[in-house]
Amino acid sequence: MKRTAFYNDHVAMGGKIVPFAGYEMPVQFEGVSAEHETVRKGVGVFDVSHMGEFWVKGPKALEFIQWVTSNDASKLFNGKVQYSCFPNGKGGIVDDLLVYKINDETYLLVVNAANIDKDWEWCNSQNKMGAELTNVSDDISQLAVQGPLALQAMQKLTDTKVTDMEYYTFKYLTFAGVEDVLFSTTGYTGSGGCEIYCSNKDADKVYKAVMEAGIEYGIKPIGLAARDTLRLEMGFCLYGNDIDDTTSAIEANLGWITKFTDEKNFIDKELLLNQKKNGVSRKLVGFEMIDKGIPRHGYEIVDAENNNIGIVTSGTMGPAVKIGIGMGYVPSALSKEGSEVYIKIRDKALKAKVVKFPFYKG
Amino acid sequence: MNIKENYRYTKDHEWLNVVGEEAFIGVSDHAQGELGDIVFIEVPTVGEELEKGESFGTIEAVKTVADIFMPVSGEVIEFNDDLEANPELVNQDPYEKGWIIKIKLSNPDEVNELMDAAAYEAFAAH
Repeated sequence: MKRTAFYNDHVAMGGKIVPFAGYEMPVQFEGVSAEHETVRKGVGVFDVSHMGEFWVKGPKALEFIQWVTSNDASKLFNGKVQYSCFPNGKGGIVDDLLVYKINDETYLLVVNAANIDKDWEWCNSQNKMGAELTNVSDDISQLAVQGPLALQAMQKLTDTKVTDMEYYTFKYLTFAGVEDVLFSTTGYTGSGGCEIYCSNKDADKVYKAVMEAGIEYGIKPIGLAARDTLRLEMGFCLYGNDIDDTTSAIEANLGWITKFTDEKNFIDKELLLNQKKNGVSRKLVGFEMIDKGIPRHGYEIVDAENNNIGIVTSGTMGPAVKIGIGMGYVPSALSKEGSEVYIKIRDKALKAKVVKFPFYKG
Repeated sequence: MNIKENYRYTKDHEWLNVVGEEAFIGVSDHAQGELGDIVFIEVPTVGEELEKGESFGTIEAVKTVADIFMPVSGEVIEFNDDLEANPELVNQDPYEKGWIIKIKLSNPDEVNELMDAAAYEAFAAH
């Protein structure tokens, strides 16, 4: 089991440590509901160092990224970030990821912790054009500082203006006295903020500076449990739950990161274009419980006649919306807003209705 | 870890507090801490005669769901209604206001098979 550079900080802050994607990670500190609220209303800090990072460099960098990812990386400018996914050649998804454009011949791919080895193999197997790939996952530490007060709090640690940065952009800057920190206005909570990438040797210094700078804003450490409830309230997909090797980007409502332009050829382009034109038989939807109950990953979704129509891919009590919420694949005919579906909870079919994302509207 | 002195405990972290021929049942402080923020408690078994070890309901925390089991055999005669509106009472006061059900004991001898506070403290510490 690996530890991130922040492991001792988590223990010192009272984090409850659990195994996650091969790492010992904090699942919670003071409690998932309180942590959730801290991020929605103030500022919270997540250790996301377990995420993987691959450099893509050289004259073939863009050609490689255009081939392996579904989004159109030619639209990126220096300092811009893009959400994307790797189609798997069989209509499924290898992983979802972020693509950072540093310059025309330098890109950074940020992938899920649990998929680092799989993604690395996949990228290399698809690199017929000869881009220069490097896996630096073990060298980089990453903090997500999230919440409406995050940028204001982090501004104290750098002379470069960050409070006016556009969503999904990044800068290299000197941060907490550390040079060349990658500061990115990204995150997976829906509450704004940033993600900070530094080398492992600077991690402890950066962490302590972040916590210190945040005191006046009520900054707190946040665990994986609240990371999950925060993303789910926004309807953001979690790889391994809501998307995987058997779900297509079109089924998962990720058409917006799947770009069918003439200039861009990519893995599964024809197959996905066909799905987009002719429709898919099932779709990922969000639903809210009408009857009292909490949907959970793996619960059955049934129709009014108790026929199985799908499986809950993610579910929880939404700490901010105060109701049972979930996501799952249902037949396209039942995917429209307002459709009634039933969730099998302990052998009872409890009523729910399909709603638009996000569940949490701030 | 907070443990109530004169209660009895199970390996599943339920507690039992015998009052005459009846007993109150809840979950230990250790259990509520492990579960995290409790948001819903369902007890569909009021009025039923259940055996020791049978599930009488479920506790839903934000991130997990757990069955709760009968420490001894008995008839479920009451569910703590306060938990419907305030399930967090189980987190805040697991041994008093956070009691979950009241039962009528059908075999009082079974009580002696449960751990006392000292034995439970040693058990839960592992």
